[in-house]
Amino acid sequence: MTTAFSTKEITAKIDKKLAGSITSLDVNILLVEKDSLVELLAYLKNTPGLDFDYLVDITAIDYWDYFEVVYQLVSLKNNHKVYIKTRLTGRENLSLTSIVSLYKGADYQEREICDLMGIKFEGHPNLKPLLLWEGFKGYPLRKDYLE
Amino acid sequence: MTLQTEPFVLNMGPFHPSTHGVFRMKVTLDGEVITDLEPVFGYLHRGIEKLCEERTYLGIIPLTDRLDYLASMINNQAYVMGIEKLAGIKVPERAEYIRVIMSELQRIASHLIAVGTFLNDCGAFMTPVVYMIREREKILDLFDMVCGQRLTYNYLRPGGVSMDLPDEFLPALKTFVGQMSVYIDEYDRLLKENEILLARTRGVGILTKDMAVNSSASGPVLRGSGVKWDIRKADAYSIYDRFDFDIPTGENGDCYDRYRVRMEEMRQSVRIIKQAAEKIPAGPVMANQIPRLIRPPAGETYSHVEAPKGELGFYLVSDGSIAPYRCRIRGPSLINLTALREMSIGWKVADLMVIFGSIDICLAEVDR
Amino acid sequence: MEINSFDNIETCSVSANDTDRIEGEVIEELKARSQQPIPDPVQWMQEQGKGGLFLTKLDDILSWARKSSMWPGVCFTACCAFEFITAEASRFDMSRFGMEIVRASPRQADLMITAGTLTWKTAPKIKRIYDQMAEPKWVIAMGTCAISGGIFASSYNVVPGYNRIIPVDVYIPGCPPRPEALIRGIQMLHEKVAKGTLNKG
Repeated sequence: MTTAFSTKEITAKIDKKLAGSITSLDVNILLVEKDSLVELLAYLKNTPGLDFDYLVDITAIDYWDYFEVVYQLVSLKNNHKVYIKTRLTGRENLSLTSIVSLYKGADYQEREICDLMGIKFEGHPNLKPLLLWEGFKGYPLRKDYLE
Repeated sequence: MTLQTEPFVLNMGPFHPSTHGVFRMKVTLDGEVITDLEPVFGYLHRGIEKLCEERTYLGIIPLTDRLDYLASMINNQAYVMGIEKLAGIKVPERAEYIRVIMSELQRIASHLIAVGTFLNDCGAFMTPVVYMIREREKILDLFDMVCGQRLTYNYLRPGGVSMDLPDEFLPALKTFVGQMSVYIDEYDRLLKENEILLARTRGVGILTKDMAVNSSASGPVLRGSGVKWDIRKADAYSIYDRFDFDIPTGENGDCYDRYRVRMEEMRQSVRIIKQAAEKIPAGPVMANQIPRLIRPPAGETYSHVEAPKGELGFYLVSDGSIAPYRCRIRGPSLINLTALREMSIGWKVADLMVIFGSIDICLAEVDR
Repeated sequence: MEINSFDNIETCSVSANDTDRIEGEVIEELKARSQQPIPDPVQWMQEQGKGGLFLTKLDDILSWARKSSMWPGVCFTACCAFEFITAEASRFDMSRFGMEIVRASPRQADLMITAGTLTWKTAPKIKRIYDQMAEPKWVIAMGTCAISGGIFASSYNVVPGYNRIIPVDVYIPGCPPRPEALIRGIQMLHEKVAKGTLNKG
């Protein structure tokens, strides 16, 4: 069975500079500030013992005050899983750093979030609309999208 | 004297006889060799995720049927497991056995079409497809007996299944299972050592292990590259831990390995169905007192299953009302396509259709 | 038959990057002018038995020839495509109606069986394929998504029925319709063709 990787171990092992921006929400759910996101993910991927080498899914959810982006990471060797969340406040000019350089599987998922939710990813090699066409007005998956 | 050439962009448009649906690719060619590839999606984007926010939990089950329409029972199961996790519903034993039998029958039906159309793309024009559709019709007759539909079933519910099996189902299932192994042997006799198939698929479109894991591939694409990862064993759901089955893997990650993995998975599915049909108990098929307008408590959950095409997952966010707040669908076909560009650079246009057919996508799941 | 406004010579020499922008403009323009459904072609119901004896006999022979060897064109979008493929296979054999060969090129097809949901992004391409087919040509709308948008009708990207874009001759309901229902729909189209005249053209 895939075990839920306890986040207490991550916060215990992590470097001092990241410690201020991470909070633990549940057993295996970590909330991180958007500026420390890429560093945390690189740490999770490259540290032996953690080995989170497989990105399962990136999800974006629109709670009216803020947007939440959830990354799910799994380690195939050790069979454990962790959820990393980050929040973006406001509704205009939202952007995050792209993780395509770490996990190639994030390519199409980030394009889809940019297309349907309006969150841009800096550093993405090809941020064109994935499912809709150029010139489509609005972001359909937002809660305030009216046809 | 050198010949002056320049690159040429070819559009393999949305309506093409070999692409499995409306899929478009912009291929940059140098002569006949591919140097770059850009897929274009969205021609079947129906906005299912947005529609899910406007319907009740039970009303979404027909929408999930139409995601990967060749594996409807398994899509239903992935979604319904999410609701059961949120609301803490326990499914009775007989319903679990019925779900396993239906999922494995559905896996065989989906792999038959996958292998048949793959061979169609390789050049065996219609013969393998017609043979495999003959078997698939027997499976569809079994489904017709249970729920009245051939393609989109809407059979599973949170808490069990909607109707019990009729009396003639189990004898018909035993007859089918007895015949299926003979048919798979017949396909192997015709295809496994076939010279043309080996020449067209051995060594073509290699996906290395590291690339497969980094591109988040799943299903036969990942297992063909040698990674032994199957959700039914790694994170066993339903009652899969009670059955005895193997996970076939490939060695090189080429098209031939992916095709062999699918054929072997069909044999393992037949094995699981035989075990389940012997041990199925009597009892109720639906948990007690599940309301029609189900309101799971607020929270979020991710439920995943091993679909024939890969890992299908539903990320459900509930706020306590009759409709989900957000229903995100992790479709395996879109994510398996991340590696298409790397797999096809350096090959010719004719090989491109073989590589694309071996990934086995379903457009409705890519575009949702 | 109108000439599409985007079939200009200038668009043949654009760079690969501009094609996406032009595609977007074409889709928005088609969406703006397809707000009403196209009326169904029903003139054939009033035009039976007109013309002299020689023309009627010639009509009969031509209609028999047309209905016995209709070749469907490829238009497989979604789930109904699989019921069409099963209808072509050995159990519900469609080659007994002369429809075994599914032509990939629209120039060689007479019949367009629209199997699947139509989205606004695909709509200009369907219009282009329909325009490339040679007369006489017929369209069968298969499934509820093709008739009215079906279960997805309230979505932002789904066209509510193929008859917004092209005229439709026969509607077959079902989600998906069984292969027997598809064959019955094709037989209804054969009855319509049998009553056609040279006057229709």
